[in-house]
Amino acid sequence: MNTIAAMVVKRIGMGMLTLLVISVLIFAGVEALPGDLTEAVLGQNALPETVTAFRKELKLDLPPHIRYFSWIGDAVRGEFGNSLANGRPIAGLIGWRFSNSLFLALATAVIAVRVSILLGIAAALYRNSFFDRAISIATLSTISFPEFFVAYILIALLSVQLIIFPSISNINAQMSFWQKIHAIVLPCMTLTLVVMAHMMRQTRAAIINILSDPFIEMAKLKGLKKARIIILHAFPNALSPVINVVALNLAYLVVGVVIVEVVFVYPGLGQLLVDSVSKRDIPVVQASGLIFASVYIGLNLLADVLSIISNPRLRNPK
Amino acid sequence: MSKLKELEKLLSHGKITRREFLARVSALGLAVAVSPALLPARAKAATTKKGGRLRLGLSGGSTTDSLDPATIPDAVPQSVNWSLRNNLVEISADGKPAPELAESWESTLDASQWTFKLRKGVEFHNGKTLDAQDVVESINHHRGKDSKSAAKGIVDPIKDIKADGKDTVVFVLDGGNADFPFIMSDYHLTIQPAGTKGAEFEKGIGTGGYMLVSHEPGVRALTKRNPNYWKKGRAHFDEVETISIADYSARTNALKTGQVDLINRCDVKTVHLLKRAPGVQIVRVTGTRHYTLPMRTDMAPFDNNDVRLALKYAIDREQMLKLILRGYGSLGNDHPIAPSNRYHAADLPQRKYDPDKAKFHLKKAGLSGHTFKLHAADAAFGGAVDAAVLLKEHAAKAGINIEVVREPNDGYWSNVWLKKAWCTCYWSGRATEDWMFSTAYAADAKWNDTFWKHDRFNQLVTAARAELDDAKRREMYGECQKIVRDEGGVIVPMFADYVEASSNKLSHGKVAGNWELDGQRLPERWWFA
Repeated sequence: MNTIAAMVVKRIGMGMLTLLVISVLIFAGVEALPGDLTEAVLGQNALPETVTAFRKELKLDLPPHIRYFSWIGDAVRGEFGNSLANGRPIAGLIGWRFSNSLFLALATAVIAVRVSILLGIAAALYRNSFFDRAISIATLSTISFPEFFVAYILIALLSVQLIIFPSISNINAQMSFWQKIHAIVLPCMTLTLVVMAHMMRQTRAAIINILSDPFIEMAKLKGLKKARIIILHAFPNALSPVINVVALNLAYLVVGVVIVEVVFVYPGLGQLLVDSVSKRDIPVVQASGLIFASVYIGLNLLADVLSIISNPRLRNPK
Repeated sequence: MSKLKELEKLLSHGKITRREFLARVSALGLAVAVSPALLPARAKAATTKKGGRLRLGLSGGSTTDSLDPATIPDAVPQSVNWSLRNNLVEISADGKPAPELAESWESTLDASQWTFKLRKGVEFHNGKTLDAQDVVESINHHRGKDSKSAAKGIVDPIKDIKADGKDTVVFVLDGGNADFPFIMSDYHLTIQPAGTKGAEFEKGIGTGGYMLVSHEPGVRALTKRNPNYWKKGRAHFDEVETISIADYSARTNALKTGQVDLINRCDVKTVHLLKRAPGVQIVRVTGTRHYTLPMRTDMAPFDNNDVRLALKYAIDREQMLKLILRGYGSLGNDHPIAPSNRYHAADLPQRKYDPDKAKFHLKKAGLSGHTFKLHAADAAFGGAVDAAVLLKEHAAKAGINIEVVREPNDGYWSNVWLKKAWCTCYWSGRATEDWMFSTAYAADAKWNDTFWKHDRFNQLVTAARAELDDAKRREMYGECQKIVRDEGGVIVPMFADYVEASSNKLSHGKVAGNWELDGQRLPERWWFA
């Protein structure tokens, strides 16, 4: 177990360093974009003197490195400051959106992870059968369509034609848990269809890979049933790659769903990030960028820890 | 009052037209005192009904929006701000200034000093009573050296504002402006309680028909009716929920599935399909919004008027209106004054597509064979790039080569507009001729995007601004329009309608065209039938 603790500490240290690098990259990236917040907010109405006054108020007239170091100084102390565009505290802007993003991601994960692993096992079980081919074609088709297309098809069928689910999922704090669940059914289905193929195919491939190992041959010779071999013997040994691909997809569900958010008017972090980039609201971009990066780093770390725990060979290195 | 009686008599004897009557009465600031029987039918609009929750699904909101009137950028915050707050002057559905927080106004003879009498007993949402100091501070918020206001340009001519007692505000201008009451209707110039600053603007305290319950920029704003609203017969809904929906398909679906009651900015390409949906009505209104192609007259080759004329003749407006706007608009005549404006010169002949004339003018300029670069991006208006390509095709028939340079939407207003010699642009238009001309065409205007300097035009604009005689003004503005049309640096191919779709449960009076969404006053003007 000590090896795991040592690895976690090391990885967290590396993670911090990564975050620092990312913050520099984001800052430089936004700086490199044409125009700044004052021009983006005032748009066609930007007069030279209002732009100057606006810049001065927001301290945008200072050189970039001074702004970056003052920002990082505050960020280290846990102060992310206020949005430049509307002066609202960034913690407040991001907090509930992040929990919305997590809510949608978790709801999707609960369905998608279970369904795709089950389908993956079933596909391995009935390898090369009609069933295997059918689910491969189905899941690969849904992943090949753009997300918005899947979303519009679902809306057209289940919202406009059949009127079962709402077409927009603008959840808010006044809604109860079940109202929220009802509101997010369609985005949840869309995302499930989009991420399923990856996890399903990986589960299937990992299991099939194991199936050629000698100990499976042994199990077969013992006369065990095929289902028992796959579920109890092959699957536990295939866990490590499956966990990794699940973690990757979970990270995607948190940080990469801006298109689904826009189509379903879902108040998640993605839309905030896009708006903030287009208005050059650097502190908000920085904070959301760091949150996204932390999610990636955290989930990857979790995946590694879990694969070590699931694999005795990694647990006890020679 | 005797002046009013005299006007009423002239009107009833048919000595003056209704239009003239209204114009003169509003110049006197006496509109409230007019006997309702003399006003147009709108005053006898269908009976309104209170109640219900209005859900608006609107494009034009962003998570970076704020309720500070100085930086209000787009449709959603405009609509929310005007639900919460009032101006001194409101533009009525007929495009005329109507008293709002100001009960009446009058000017000195040269129109350089304006005195506004405030309505008495109006209360802010926080219980404070409106007085002159609130007005002075609200307007001063946009003035001065440190102003970061998008409205700084329009309040610049104000030399001094002072409160004269509790109910009177006096504005001293740096020159005469007969249209000053119109200026006071600008959406930035709402009235907040004195002392409001910084984060306090986000509380949305005003005198408006609705009070702010919650506001999450770019997501949702919820307001409830102000039970204490001073304006009679307005603000009929119990609650108004404004939901930001940037995606057009999402807006359409939300309307079709009954999740919202009204959407703005319909896609003219598909609106004929939406029209067929049961329970949906399309609301279109021709306002002052127009699309332009400004040419910088200070840069070669556009410094030659023959070049500009050649390009003006090389554009087939009828086709552009048909293809880009699908008929949801009207033809432009290379000047920015809309048919709904008071002094629109209807007698000015419509400029037509004429490849021969285009060829002639280009030859005269000695530029046959020259390739013109047109910088376009859809940030200027939806379909701007298509319009540019269409123009290229039209011009090719006149032997004019145009190269369409596609620019990124990002940073379009800071990097392309006012910078490139020829580009695409749009204007929401302005309620008055003077406002429009002095914003974008006068030599010293900050947004003179054609960098055009025409002495006669500038003299006329300055003279007409201070002119109180209606007939003389009409003549002056008529000449201004002709000069812009024939010598200006702008191509105005079309005026674009505002197209909105709503549930047919909603009812309304005459729809205003000065802004989208019934002049952005929809929450207080509409009701559930």
